[in-house]
Amino acid sequence: MPEKFGPLDIYALLPKTNCGKCAEKSCMAFATRLIERSVTAEQCPPMLEEKHKKSMEKLRDLLRPPIKEMTVGTGERVAKIGGKLVMYRHELTYQNPTAIAVDVTDEMPDDELLKRVKAIESYSFTRIGEDLRLDMIAVRSTSSDPAKFGKTVRIIVENSKMPLILCSFEPNVLEAGLVEAKGRRPLIYAAKKDNWKEVADLALMYSCPVAVFAPNDLQLLQSIASTMMRYGVEDLVLDPGTSVETGLMDTLDNFTMARQAAFVKGDRALGFPIVGVPLAVWSKKEDPPEITAWSEACLASMLLTRYADVLIIHALEPWTLLPIITLRQNIYTDPRKPTAVEAGLKTYGQVDENSPVLMTSNFSLTFYTVANDIESNKINCYLIVVDTEGLSIQSAVAGRKLTAEKVAEAIKKTGIEGKVKHKKIVIPQFAARLRGDLEDMSGWEVLVGPQDSSGIPQFLQQYWQKKA
Amino acid sequence: MEKKKDSSSPLTDKAIFELLSRFKEIQLEDVDLEIKELELWIQPMARALAPPRRALPPTKPAKPTEILKTEFAPPIRQYSGGVCEVRLGAKKAEGGSRGTSLVIGGEKAPPLHRFEGTMPHEPLVALDVFDMPIPLAAPVKAHFKDVLQDPVAWAKLCVDKFGADMITIHLISTDPSIKNTPAKEAAKLVENILQAVDVPIVIGGSGAPEKDAEILEKTAEVAAGERVMLNSANLDMDFKRVAQAAKKYGQVVLSWTQLDINNQKKLNRELLDILPREQIVIDPTTAALGYGLEYTFSIMERIRLAALLGDQDLQMPLASGTTNSWAAREAWMKTPEWGPRELRGPLWETITSLILFMAGCDFFMMMHPAAVKTLKDTLRALSGGGKAPPDEIAKWVTMKV
Repeated sequence: MPEKFGPLDIYALLPKTNCGKCAEKSCMAFATRLIERSVTAEQCPPMLEEKHKKSMEKLRDLLRPPIKEMTVGTGERVAKIGGKLVMYRHELTYQNPTAIAVDVTDEMPDDELLKRVKAIESYSFTRIGEDLRLDMIAVRSTSSDPAKFGKTVRIIVENSKMPLILCSFEPNVLEAGLVEAKGRRPLIYAAKKDNWKEVADLALMYSCPVAVFAPNDLQLLQSIASTMMRYGVEDLVLDPGTSVETGLMDTLDNFTMARQAAFVKGDRALGFPIVGVPLAVWSKKEDPPEITAWSEACLASMLLTRYADVLIIHALEPWTLLPIITLRQNIYTDPRKPTAVEAGLKTYGQVDENSPVLMTSNFSLTFYTVANDIESNKINCYLIVVDTEGLSIQSAVAGRKLTAEKVAEAIKKTGIEGKVKHKKIVIPQFAARLRGDLEDMSGWEVLVGPQDSSGIPQFLQQYWQKKA
Repeated sequence: MEKKKDSSSPLTDKAIFELLSRFKEIQLEDVDLEIKELELWIQPMARALAPPRRALPPTKPAKPTEILKTEFAPPIRQYSGGVCEVRLGAKKAEGGSRGTSLVIGGEKAPPLHRFEGTMPHEPLVALDVFDMPIPLAAPVKAHFKDVLQDPVAWAKLCVDKFGADMITIHLISTDPSIKNTPAKEAAKLVENILQAVDVPIVIGGSGAPEKDAEILEKTAEVAAGERVMLNSANLDMDFKRVAQAAKKYGQVVLSWTQLDINNQKKLNRELLDILPREQIVIDPTTAALGYGLEYTFSIMERIRLAALLGDQDLQMPLASGTTNSWAAREAWMKTPEWGPRELRGPLWETITSLILFMAGCDFFMMMHPAAVKTLKDTLRALSGGGKAPPDEIAKWVTMKV
């Protein structure tokens, strides 16, 4: 793919009849929406006709994601990886959030293995209405014994629906696992310089995606990937190697070069998802586990931000998983999402004339956090969302976007005075300095609430009932 | 400083001590973790018999039998612009009294694109000091509880013990709605701090726009020639007054806007009418991990790319108020199911800093010593240029954890 193409390049391939069958006014409008990825080429009915076949092929090629999309696993937990359309997050929403795999080994006792598999499968954290989970299990053959590996894979497959990564450089070990995971489409890890042909045969025989491993050598990575493609393997994943500490610069450089080669040079052999291995930090045996888990979380966060489509980690600690999955949620949001929500009066639950009146800013993240705390605690209340020009309370107070005048005006404009018979408003602690002026201007009694909206239920219980 | 630790918790001794190495106290609550001996050994490769193979599908023609030779060249792009260098702190010969004079900026390629150009200067870390006691998250407070009443001692602690490149003195008591400390008194404190520590400093206002212009002007005057950073000039205040003071007394200005690249350009252009680019640093506002970090990340990345592509309004180093990461409840809240906040909190700040470093940030204003240490260790490792042998990189597959 060329580095940049515009609506005109797309338009040239369309029927140019402005027939309107796609529900757009013109072919040019449709071309623009194709660029934004808000429609697909198939939504133009004439393009599916025989006479446009050649153009359609060209169009599909032009719109093909520079990073190939593929699936790992099957069924309800199937993981989709790659499919990246842009290099930088601000250009367009990143596709397919980084899949996070946690390791098990073929030398774990059965009960320990099952316990860990269940922990990985059931991990879930709900954040801003989204259920954040782990995506895969990486089965490492630490024994290099096919029988042990096969048995381990069998136990996992029988007890879990999670997609698997089968990790060994020994083709016979890999095959023992593939036999047990038949039909489950695991990711094979990995083909390298001296085993690529046998591993490529396995990938073809079992119809599985396969990782290519060429540590610190992008030339070799590109060569093996090209060779595997020619050999007939279509779904590849790239591992340029994850080094820790002083080797980290090499790793970041390689990840970046591979991605930039795919986007800038249209290099197809490097246009595949990248796998990062933060688990590599556990090779430092002298540190206590908390320190190593800390390092792993830092490395995972950096690689997640620097183009990793799959991450293999070890620690299952809540305090290390929380920042990693939160960061993933952040990085994979729509960059065009505005920072502000509509200001005005919101109501929650069953409100009456005695219901509490709370206030917050219209910064979307502040608003959703507050709204979530109100809803999940089933609080009946009014919430005045003040237009702070999309700033958080703290920044808005500092930047004079949230002033006593503004809140007083919002109290008037929302008509809250006709809905409740009291005149009491709870403001966030970060806005405490508005209290005096606000009381003078509005004639309302101002209660300074908690610093964080998680404290709202307790605050209302303690102060509202008593004062109201 | 008094040692306060829970001797029943192995985490205290083994984990956080290692992390904090030189500073050995930490407050622990509700921590119940066991340190397991971390064992690692590499099993000798054992080859075993393979299960019987199935027949291969019919072969397609021209399958390669050897690895194909391909051409690989690093995908280098050309960048017509670059980031200017900003010097912070002046030594005696330069008209100040600082023991160190530090430079940030100077990039000619995107961050961590070593194949296109190295980063000429390692980013710097300034630790926060406040001129009056303020509410702090428990994991942070543990490190500063003895100096909360004494900003001079606080500043010394940051430099002597926690390895801060610089310190920021936040003059929050000058806020008319807090203590309304007069400018003269604030200036006196700045002088005392300049005498107590010899690193370059940042002078922060209270966020009260009118008073800040006065405070920053007065403190810039008493710090004349020291090349301090005035935090901040912003669109809600008389920023020209701050810029004029920086010009007159040889200081640097932090150009602060709120997650809006157009406002950032507008403010920078105004400041550029008064000051050379080399006296301006950009702060587009740092939102915490989980609370808008992605906005900061993308704005920094866009600003840096624009600078490299020639946008002269944005060719200054980038700064982050990384301390804002403590606004995230995941950082400070005592929630046992999220794990110990003594680890979770500083990790939250650490990751916020690392992610912004990857977007191009040159200057970090931070709070927790462990976060500072991890960031600095990472920066050092990245500039170390060491190589990991390929065999080492492959070992994770078979290693025992």
